[in-house]
Order: sequence, then structure tokens, then C-alpha cells
Amino acid sequence: MTAAARHPAPAWPESWGEEAEPRVGFFTDTSVCIGCKACEVACKEWNGVPDESDGLSGNSYDNSLDLGANRWRHVAFVEQRVEVGGVGTSAPDSWVEEASRQQLVEQGLPIHDGADGFRWLMSSDVCKHCTEAGCLDACPTGSIFRTEHGTVVVQEDICNGCGYCVTACPFGVLDRRSDDGRVWKCTLCYDRLQDDMEPACAQACPTDSIQFGELEVLRRRAADRVERLHEHGVASARLYGADDDDGVGGFGAFFLLLDEPETYGLPPDPVVPTRHLPEAFAAAAAASAALLAGVAAAFIGRRAR
Amino acid sequence: MAECHPVGFQWVMEAKERGAKIIHVDPRFTRTSAVADLHVPLRAGTDIAFLGGIVNHILANGHEFREYVKHYTNAATIVSDEFADTEDLGGLFSGWDPESSSYDIETWQYEGMDVYASGGKREEGAIFGESAHGAQGGKLEHGNPPEMDMDLEHPRCVFQLLKRHFSRYTPEKVEEICGVPQATFLEVAEALCSNSGRERTSAFCYAVGWTQHTVGVQYIRTAAIIQLLLGNIGRPGGGIMALRGHASIQGSTDIPTLYNILPGYIPMPHPHAHQTLDDFLEMNSAETGFWGHMDAYTISLLKAWWGETATEDNDWCFDYLPRINGSHSAYQSALDMLDGDLEGYFLLGENPAVGSSNSRLHRLGLANLDWLVVRDFQEIESAAFWYEGPEIESGELVTSEIGTEVFFLPAASHVEKDGSFTNTQRLLQWHHKAVEPPGDCRSELWFMYHLGKRIRAKLAGSTEQRDRAILDLTWDYPTEGAHDDPRAEAVLREISGVELAEDSAVSGYTELKNDGSTACGCWIYSGCYADEVNQTARRKPGSEQSWVAPEWAWAWPANRRIIYNRASADPDGKPWSERKRYVWWDADEGQWTGEDVPDFVADMAPDYVPDEDAKAEQALRGDEPFVMQADGRGWLFVPSGLTDGPFPTHYEPHESPFRNALYEQQANPGREQFARPANAYNPSADSRDGDPGVFPFVVTSYRLTEHHTAGAMSRTVPHLSELQPEMFCEVSPELAAERGLEHGGWATIVTSRAAIEARVLVTERIKPLAVQGRTVHQVGLPYHWGFRGISKGDAANDLFSIVLDPNVHIQEVKAASCDVVSGRRPRGADLPAFVASYRERAGSEESP
Amino acid sequence: MSVSGSSGSGDVREAGNIDVSRVQGDAGAGPATGQGTATGVGRDRAGGEQRMVPKGKPRSYYDQPVVKRPVWTWEIPCYFFVGGMAGASAPLAWAAATTGNERLAKRAWGVALAGVAVSPALLISDLGRPERFLNMLRVFKITSPMSVGSWILAANGTLIAPAALAALTRRAPRIFGAAGPLAALAGPGLSTYTAVLVANSAIPVWSEARRTLPFLFAAGSAASAGAAVTLLTPAAAAGPARRLAIAGGVAELVAAQTMERKLGDAARPYESGTPGRLAKAAKAMSAAGAATMAIGRRRRGAVRIGAGLLLAGAACERWAVYKAGFASAADPAYTVGPQRDRLEH
Repeated sequence: MTAAARHPAPAWPESWGEEAEPRVGFFTDTSVCIGCKACEVACKEWNGVPDESDGLSGNSYDNSLDLGANRWRHVAFVEQRVEVGGVGTSAPDSWVEEASRQQLVEQGLPIHDGADGFRWLMSSDVCKHCTEAGCLDACPTGSIFRTEHGTVVVQEDICNGCGYCVTACPFGVLDRRSDDGRVWKCTLCYDRLQDDMEPACAQACPTDSIQFGELEVLRRRAADRVERLHEHGVASARLYGADDDDGVGGFGAFFLLLDEPETYGLPPDPVVPTRHLPEAFAAAAAASAALLAGVAAAFIGRRAR
Repeated sequence: MAECHPVGFQWVMEAKERGAKIIHVDPRFTRTSAVADLHVPLRAGTDIAFLGGIVNHILANGHEFREYVKHYTNAATIVSDEFADTEDLGGLFSGWDPESSSYDIETWQYEGMDVYASGGKREEGAIFGESAHGAQGGKLEHGNPPEMDMDLEHPRCVFQLLKRHFSRYTPEKVEEICGVPQATFLEVAEALCSNSGRERTSAFCYAVGWTQHTVGVQYIRTAAIIQLLLGNIGRPGGGIMALRGHASIQGSTDIPTLYNILPGYIPMPHPHAHQTLDDFLEMNSAETGFWGHMDAYTISLLKAWWGETATEDNDWCFDYLPRINGSHSAYQSALDMLDGDLEGYFLLGENPAVGSSNSRLHRLGLANLDWLVVRDFQEIESAAFWYEGPEIESGELVTSEIGTEVFFLPAASHVEKDGSFTNTQRLLQWHHKAVEPPGDCRSELWFMYHLGKRIRAKLAGSTEQRDRAILDLTWDYPTEGAHDDPRAEAVLREISGVELAEDSAVSGYTELKNDGSTACGCWIYSGCYADEVNQTARRKPGSEQSWVAPEWAWAWPANRRIIYNRASADPDGKPWSERKRYVWWDADEGQWTGEDVPDFVADMAPDYVPDEDAKAEQALRGDEPFVMQADGRGWLFVPSGLTDGPFPTHYEPHESPFRNALYEQQANPGREQFARPANAYNPSADSRDGDPGVFPFVVTSYRLTEHHTAGAMSRTVPHLSELQPEMFCEVSPELAAERGLEHGGWATIVTSRAAIEARVLVTERIKPLAVQGRTVHQVGLPYHWGFRGISKGDAANDLFSIVLDPNVHIQEVKAASCDVVSGRRPRGADLPAFVASYRERAGSEESP
Repeated sequence: MSVSGSSGSGDVREAGNIDVSRVQGDAGAGPATGQGTATGVGRDRAGGEQRMVPKGKPRSYYDQPVVKRPVWTWEIPCYFFVGGMAGASAPLAWAAATTGNERLAKRAWGVALAGVAVSPALLISDLGRPERFLNMLRVFKITSPMSVGSWILAANGTLIAPAALAALTRRAPRIFGAAGPLAALAGPGLSTYTAVLVANSAIPVWSEARRTLPFLFAAGSAASAGAAVTLLTPAAAAGPARRLAIAGGVAELVAAQTMERKLGDAARPYESGTPGRLAKAAKAMSAAGAATMAIGRRRRGAVRIGAGLLLAGAACERWAVYKAGFASAADPAYTVGPQRDRLEH
């Protein structure tokens, strides 16, 4: 199955012809995220996203829970205990002892993990602006479209709130506002991009955990960053969504994570539903034929009688 | 720092990216710990033991930067043979007067030197220690103390005294007191030592976790000692960074909102000691160092305030300055309110009903005023206490019986007015008005200026001498806009200083004169309007200038980015290392030069030796970098200027479940106590009458990234409130198990002052510590919540007492004792009864 | 997990405890309830599902869903049922007309017409912005089963309405009658595309069933169309409809069984909770309905009961599928588990 067959309409950037801009996105480097939530607030302020609170969640310092219609950036907080240096099965009595045993001190203390293998991971999640976007494919009205920057945006004046994109997203990004009836998600600050401004979240991020730029540049930077972290002993660093061969054709907003994606509430191997659509249509065609055959058989049966 | 100063923390992350090692020492595991290389949890209130352990580690192992210490600190100076250390007096220094609960500092002086403490209680007949500003170093006859031992071997030289003083701060004691394993402690000490010296420097960053203790000032002093011993002061990458509690707090001490200093750290005069300006200058200036020009700074200030009225004949209107005859700190004021000794009060951007220690007492105090003016963005708790709040709910206060007339005046935010912020690195950054303030909101500047005008109008024609100070003020700023806003830049120009004859902006404090020909509102800020340009508004990007970025805003003094930077070069004026070169002597040009504005007389050669009659900065040698000190040296030992000892000493917090493991003396002997029913104290471990076991846990208060101080600017904002929607306490799983606390449920935290409730977050980020052979649990409380706003909750500060550091009168809210029980607190009249039952059980101290 | 109540209100201890903030939550951790909020209800459901998730479940973020649950409401499963029935009725009607069984044809057209008349109303009512329903026909997108389906529904409406009117009113049979065979061909599309609609999603229990779900829907459509028409048609003329109903019922049972078997672990939502109860009820009713109709043959009462059971069974099956989607979305284990397996094998 080729991309052309999946996307019969001309794909970005051809769809934009001369107006096409280089594809832009986010590189969210969670290894430098300090969980300040400035991205959440800046996003809401700029985009006029309503507040929404269920009170104290008890999920560490995360009281905003997940992405949705009223949250286009969400910072996850993970408190966990890991094995220090991967040696030994139980947490050591003293991290320092353990560290000296493993000669970690001589190598310089690693980005670690607290005195006893305890660590607190933070990560700012956002719409992935997938190369093959399930939401965009699923949208029956054409409200969701790919912009000249290669990003995926919901046009609020078109959306009729069918909610189909909500289940089509493998990341659970989109949701419908109950009072408004429409679906909302990150626009990668489409309005700001048109004025050559970076998205609000990236601008607000104090530690450059959220980096905005041309995707190709970001990908190279991310690869270098992972290499550096590995050199410094952070073996758990890995990129998530930087691979064109993944199930969504690569993310426009990808991540550097310090643990498996599911730890942060992200699917480890997301696949855009559209990829399986031909199978489903074929099955439906076969089932339709079977239905017709069944009807015919009901009459044939009578004649045979 | 990541938790409370996330924007500034970007530079820490950048340093880390370049290979810096980040060590975080904090009772709780915060966002900073999350990205630090090492987090060291310790028992709240024991940092002097920890830092003292580092001092001992440095000295015991010879890790000090010997050349730096010898030449640039007072290590070689010999101290009076009358001085006795805590080693000999069970935790007290010589000079302790139990009667007045204060020190006579006479015995702390340098050998053979005239005793000369800064002003204060001198008129009372004895020389007591007083936290003072101005030249606090005493008077030195020729720029050097009379006796020194450059080999640092003399038993009474500062170096040896220091070594002896800290010799008992061993790794074993650190572990016993702080609950930090020795290996972890040594890890930190070694990291610091190995990253300091000629080639490398280390920096300390601290915030109110260090200051808000009864020994707060001495915490910072201990860090200063470490940094001086390791040669980390005046050099790039070194220093001690005081992270401030909110925007421009640095500015509010430079041009103070404090009762005891005038702009530029010139002390406030006292009634008897300072009859004339000459008396005042005599007592507070120094003959050596830059404080030698205190006359020019003070007279220029008086000229800025009283203009042409201030003449030499009338002592430059020195008599117009108010005199202070005791403490007028915020806490003393609150107690005075409660006692009915204070009629009216202004609260400008402050919310003591939530944000001050024993906030309950503050609410009771406010309810006892005649009038109260509150200027804030919102009708904060301190403006609404009379009809809403815990005391109304419990029936302790009844609205109809409260006589306080509250005037609430809405304030403009920083984007609605021009002005400057001064940040922790002394950088003045201008901000421009982006939008007009809505409705009746006005800037502070507008309020003060127009209030002044109205007062002056009311006093016009008065012949009373007492009104002259107000009527003669230069109160004539140009105004603009529909509301006659005073031009903020005009105020800045006055602060920066003007040569009066020409009406031209001065270039800096070295141009200020003692003859009345210049006016300057704050001598340390002098030059921020040099060349008639608002230097603080400069915004040249860092990428377009040197790495020091001198053209980004303006730093006091004289746009210096690192003060005492003469210390970045060796005594001969050569950089200690190429890697760390910053300011050095250019022999060919006969000038100091480098990356920054040299903090030294520009053409004073390194080998300069002052003449007998040299004055001020000319009386210091060419190799003495600490130009504000009378001896030109960094002080390991403080002969005057501190009330509670020339060396830092570990004392337990005022309320502690533990005995002092180092000394007989339990807590800071000089701490300011105010025992009374509304400010009862939990019995500490040394209590003879009370039962400290009733309050077995350590409680500490802190901030969250999501909220700002007492909440007026964040709990009222939906997008912030949703991120931390409720007051909570943080406890370890072990404490939760011990007290049956349920994650997500409620806990009630109790002290002798109050009981508050909070949702429970059980987290491994809070670790029980092994202290003195037993396990101690710590309870963490964010202090942001109050009874108003979108996000509401009990105020953590209700729990804490008013007990103050004797130097700066700061409250101890970072370490106290408490009890925790599961469930919500009692309601109504049951609440005070509940707290009273605790007091009774514990035998809390309710009277002096 | 969320806890109900804003600050200062409600004693949370009574509302339930929260899982201690550990990532690797153990299976025994008590879920919290979130009463009175949309998300809370969803999480409540997540808690309900938790008991079914086996030990050693994959890691998650506080047991929160990875994918969003549908925003759809009751109209959607109703539409699956009604639209499916209409779609299967059209070929039944045309075949009846073609074989000269006018009595059967009229009633089957009637069912088809009623179905395509009610369907748009159900769909529009479910929209967040019903006034914008016409935007559905703004574009045609092959990648969007909902777009394809909108056009299928529109086409069915356009074809069934004239065909049915022609059959029912006996007017302009040639003009409107031309629509008949086209409607018969298009009808099954209406019955089965809805399976593609749900299968084209990130919800495991739907998307993993993409090969079998169309057959389940086709069978359910056949059963319901047959049963509905049987109920309306005099027994003598209802033979084909009855046979279609019985065959459809049997096929539905087989399809459901096959689907659940092939889904493996992902089929757990069909085993308990609301979707489990619905699925069991559907199977029981379909089996009983088919059997009753088969055994009862021409006994009017038995046929009616059987037809009723088949209709209820088919409706229940659609509700089961619909509800299973919510349960499947609510538990991250369903999303993460298979993906993790895929990566590791």
C-alpha cells in the first residue's frame, strides 16, 4: 500500500505548491524539563484555552492529568525508583557507596536518579502533528487540514463536532469541549507561525526543553543530544517519534525520553488507523457481498422448497 | 531554584550542559533535585552543621586556596586575647550578657585596634553587637590591622581560630545532626573542593530556605567562609547567589522598604547617638575603603530629598531624617497592633494574613487597627479578614466588633507601569508600560506621589517645625498621561545623581561630592542614568557583545557584573589562571582592565602601599580587593556588624525535637522571642517544663512553581490555580503509615499556634532521616494558600511562630516542630479548643 | 486518577483513596472515583475495568488512558442498528419485488425507508454542532469512513426514498423504480460501513476487529432486517425475511464468536462489565430468537417472539460493541500491551 493510495489527494507539501514552507515542529527534550508548566500556561494564555480543574489529583505534581480540548500542553510527573547503574537487584543502602562501587563518581556523577535510585521525571506532552495524522485522515468535513508548515490544525469554523478524530488519534490528543461542541487541539500556534513567531510554549520554556524549529534541524539536534547523553552515561535516553518508519510516518513534534513512552502515558508503538483502513474496507466489501448473497439465498431457499 | 526561580534556572541548566555538577541540598526533593547530579536531603534547620562540616573538611585537609586566603581574607589577622570561642564557653562567645540577651562585642576586635562598632546602642553605654550597615568594620588607622601573621600560625590569628571553632564539625557530627550519611557529605565536600582553586570555581545559590531561620544570617556567613577559603569570591563562576523571594526584593533593600536603612545601605540615624551629621558619619563611615566617602553619599542623598533647603548651615537637613529608637520591623509592628500601640497601617503588595509567620496573629493584629490601607491586585486575605477567615469562622473575631476601617485601592501591575526591577545579581532592568492600568488601578509611584502631594497640600502654610521635612521635600516630578503619572525615568535620574550647577547626570558615585554640589538618591545606583541615558533600559542581545554582556541593562555599582573582582587576579595583578581570567593589571597602560569594570581604583598598582595619611580607598593597599571593608579583606571572622557571633555556630531551631549535639547552648542565644498566648512556643528538646514529644515532627514551609508567595497573584488566576488547586502536605510513606495518613485524604497539622488541614500527598520525595540515633519525619507545607481566591486552603503560616533572627529580624518558618494527625481539622469554636488542648498537653510557652 | 471535589468541599476519604503516586501501580491499587465530572466518570469506568486486567500489566501513567474514549452518545449505536437494518432491508425489498412478493417488498421498503429517515436525525443529534451537519458533505474523503459513510447514507437515502415511495404509493414506478436495484446494491454498504467506521480508530477492541467486525454488522443487519420485516409481513409472504432473520442470527453468533476469539486479550471488555453483559445478552437473544423462529416456523406467536429476540439481540450486539470501545479505551493496558508485545517480538 503506497502513501499515494492512502492519501489520494496531493500530500503536503505538494498540496501547498509554492506556498509550502519548510516543515516545522517541536523537539521536546525531557532530560532538561524542570516541570515548571510554563508551557501549559503560555499555551492557554495565548490560545484562550479555558481552565478546567478536578481538584488535587494525587498524581505527583500533575493536576492537569492529560491532553484534551482544554489542554494542549500537558506536563507529566513521574516519581519512580530505578536500579542504580543497573547493578544489583535491590536499592542500595547508600547511593554514594553504590556509586563508588560502580566507579561512577570517578566518571563524574551521572544525570541520575536521586540518592537511592529515586527519580522524578517530567515531560511536556503535546499534539504530535503526525506525518500520517489519524485525525486529519478521519475528519469527514475537511476541518482538520495540513498547513503550509506541515502542521495539523483544526479549523474551528468548519468543525461540526462529529468527534471522529477523537478516537482516530493513537495518542488521545483531541477531545470535544462539552460546552462548545467542537474539537480542539494544539495548532502549533498557527497564528504565530504566520507572523514568524515561535509557538507560545516554546517561547515560554525556560530551559529549552521545548525547542521549535525546522523538523530536519531538530531531528539532527536530537540525535546529537541522545549521543551526548549516552556518552555521559544516561543510557535510558531515547528518541520517541523521530523515525519516519514508525506507525505514523514520524512525528512533527517528537521527544527525547528517559524511560519507555508508556511511563509518560504515551503509546509505545502508535499506528495511524488509516494504515489498516484498506483491510477494513475489503472486509466490509466482502461482508456486503455476503449480505447480498444471504438475501439472495433467502429467496433461493424458498424456490427450492 | 528550579522550583521557585525556573526562569533563572535556565542558566544552571546551561552550566550543566557545559559540564557543571549540580548538587542540591534541601530537606525535600524538588524540581531542582530532579535534574541535579546529587540531591542531599537533610534535617531542616541544620545547614550550619552541614556547611560547618565543609569548612572543617577544607581546613582539616588543607584544601583552602592558600594564596587567596592569606592575601585576600582576614585569616592572618590576630584577634584580641580577650576573645573566647564557643569551644570554651559551651556554645557562647565571649561578651554574652544574659541580662540583655545580647553580646558585648568588645572582645571580638582585632588585636591592638580601636574598638569601633557601627552605631546603634552606643549611646546606651556599652558596645553591643548590632546588625549594621555602612562601614561596619571598625576604624582602621592605616588601612591594615595592626597585627597579622602571614604564616597563619599564630594561635589567635583568624585562620587558627576558625580551624579550632569548626574542628568539632566532623563528618560523624554532620551525620548525627543533619541525618546526612557521612559518605554523602564527603561526596559534596570533595566535589566542592576539587572544583575550586586557581583553575576552577564553584558557586552557591540559596533562597529563603537558608534565610528564614533564627540563625539565617549565619547560614549565609558559613557559605561566605567556604567561598573565601576556596577562593570563590570576586571570580567568574564563583560567588554566593541570593535568590530572592520575589521580583525586585534586591531593589527593595537597595532603596529600602526596611525601617533601619536609608538608600544605599546607609544606616538610619538613632536619636541620641546621632545628634549631628558629623556624629552620624563619624560613627558609621570608615577612614579606609569606599565607605570613607560616606559623607558624599549621605549629603548627596539629603540634597536629592531637600534640594536647595539643604545647606551646610542647616547640616544638610540631617535633622529632617526620622530617628529609630528600636525595632520597627513588620513583626514588631504586628505585635504592636495586637497591643493597640499602632493605629494605622499600609500594606502595599503584601499579604501578612497569609504570608507572614503566625499569620493568625497578623489577622488578629489587623483587626485591632483604626485604619488599614491595602493596595493590591485583588481583595486579598489581609483586606478581607474582617468578614471572612478562620477567626470569623471560629467566632474569635466578630465582624461587628472589628473597628478597623479598611481602604482597598487597586494596584497596577508591572506591565501597566514604567519602572525597574533589580534582580539578585544587582542588575537593574527597566520595564516599559505596555497597557494602561484598568479602572482605578494605579501604580505605586502614582500613589506615593499623589499621596505626598495631598499631604503637602494639607500641611501648606503650617509653621510647625515638624512639618518642614515634608514641606521642604523636592516633590516635583514631571507627570504624564490622563492620570498625571509621575515620570518614572525622572525618579531614576534623581536616584542616579545630578551635578546641580549644570543639572547634568553624574557618571557614577566617584563623582559625588560632600559639598552639596551633587544630589543622588542612592549612591550605589549612581550612574544608572549616566550620559542622560536610561542605562537600565539597554537590551543589547548577549550574542552581540562580550560574554559578560555589559550592555544588557545596568548593574550596581558602576555597572560591575562581579563585585570585588580585583580578587580574580593574584596579588601581583595577574589572573589566577588563564581559564578564569576576568580583571587584571595592565602594567604597560598602568590600568586595571579585563572583561568587566574593575572593582578597584582604576590606576592603583598591585604593589601600591598607602601613605600614613591616606584616606578612603586610597588607604587600602594595591592587593586588597574587598574595597568596601575597612581592611580591604574578606572577613572569615566578623569583629563587628553581627549580633550573634563572629563565627557561625550550629544552633538548633527555636522549636526542635533534638538537643544541640555540638554545644550546651541549644538555640541561638540572641534570637528574638515574643512568647505570649497568641504566639505560644512548642517546647523544644531542651525544655525543662514542657513535653517536646507532643510535637515530634519537623515541619518546613516552601513554595511551588505554580504559585507565587501568599497567592494574591496566582490563586486568583484560573490558569495557575488549576495546576495546583488545593493546599496539601507532603509526607513520606513511612510517616503516612505511622499516622494513618491516606494519600489523597486529609491531614491536620498542629503547633502551639494553630491547626490547619491539608490534603495528603504521600511521596518518596520526602525521606525520613536518621538523626541522633532515631528516625525523624519531616512534613512539607507549601505556604501559598489562604481563605480567598479561586484556589483556597488553610495557610501554612498559621502554624509558625514569631521568633526572629537577631540580625535582620527574619522569621523562622523553615524549621519548627509539629504534630500530624489524620483527618480534617475541627470546625468553629472546636478549633481553638483543639489547639489549646495541645498547648496544655505540651506545656507550651505562652509568656516570656 | 482524579479525586472529586474542589478545595474545601467534601471529605475525600469517603470518596475513595488515590493510588500512591507510583508509576508501576500494582493491580490491587484502589481506583478513585470522580463523581460529577465527565472525566471522572470515565476514570470510574477505568477503575471498573481494572479488576479484569491480568497481573503483570504493562506500565502506564497513573493508570490513565492513552487513547481518548469516544465522545459519542446513545444515538450512535442506535444508528448502527437502524442504519444497518435499513441497509439490509433494501436488497430484501428489491429481491421480494423482483420475485413478485409485493407484500413482502412493500414492507421491506417501508423498513428501509424508515431506517434511512431516522438515521440522519440520529447522526445530527449526536454532533457537537448539529447546525453544521451539512459540512459532512463538504468533501469526500476515502480516508475517512465517516465521510464515505455520509455519502453512503446520502446515497441510500436518495435511492431508497424514491424506490420505497414508488413501491408504497405505486406511482411513477418506472421513474422511481429505477432506484430499486441501485438501492439494493447500495444497502449492504450502509450495513457494513459502520463497522469500518469504528474499526478505523485507535481503540484496540475496535481496530483489532477490523476484519471481522463488518461481518458481525452485516449479520446483525440481516437478522434485524429479516426480523423486522417478518414482524410486519403476513406469515405466508414472510418466508424469505424469516429465513434471512434466522440465517442472520446464526451468522451473528458465529461472527461475534470469531471476533472475540481473534481479538484475544483485547476482547476482555466483552467478558465483563456493561459491554460483557450486553454481549452475553445479545448472544443469548440471537440464539434464542433464531431457534424460536426456526422451530416455531409458521406459529405466529413463536415467530413474533423469535423476531423480537433477534431484533433485541442485534441491537444489544451493537451496544456491546459500542460500550466495549469505551472500556477498551479506558484501560491503558489494552493500548500499551499489544504495542509493547509488537515491539518486543
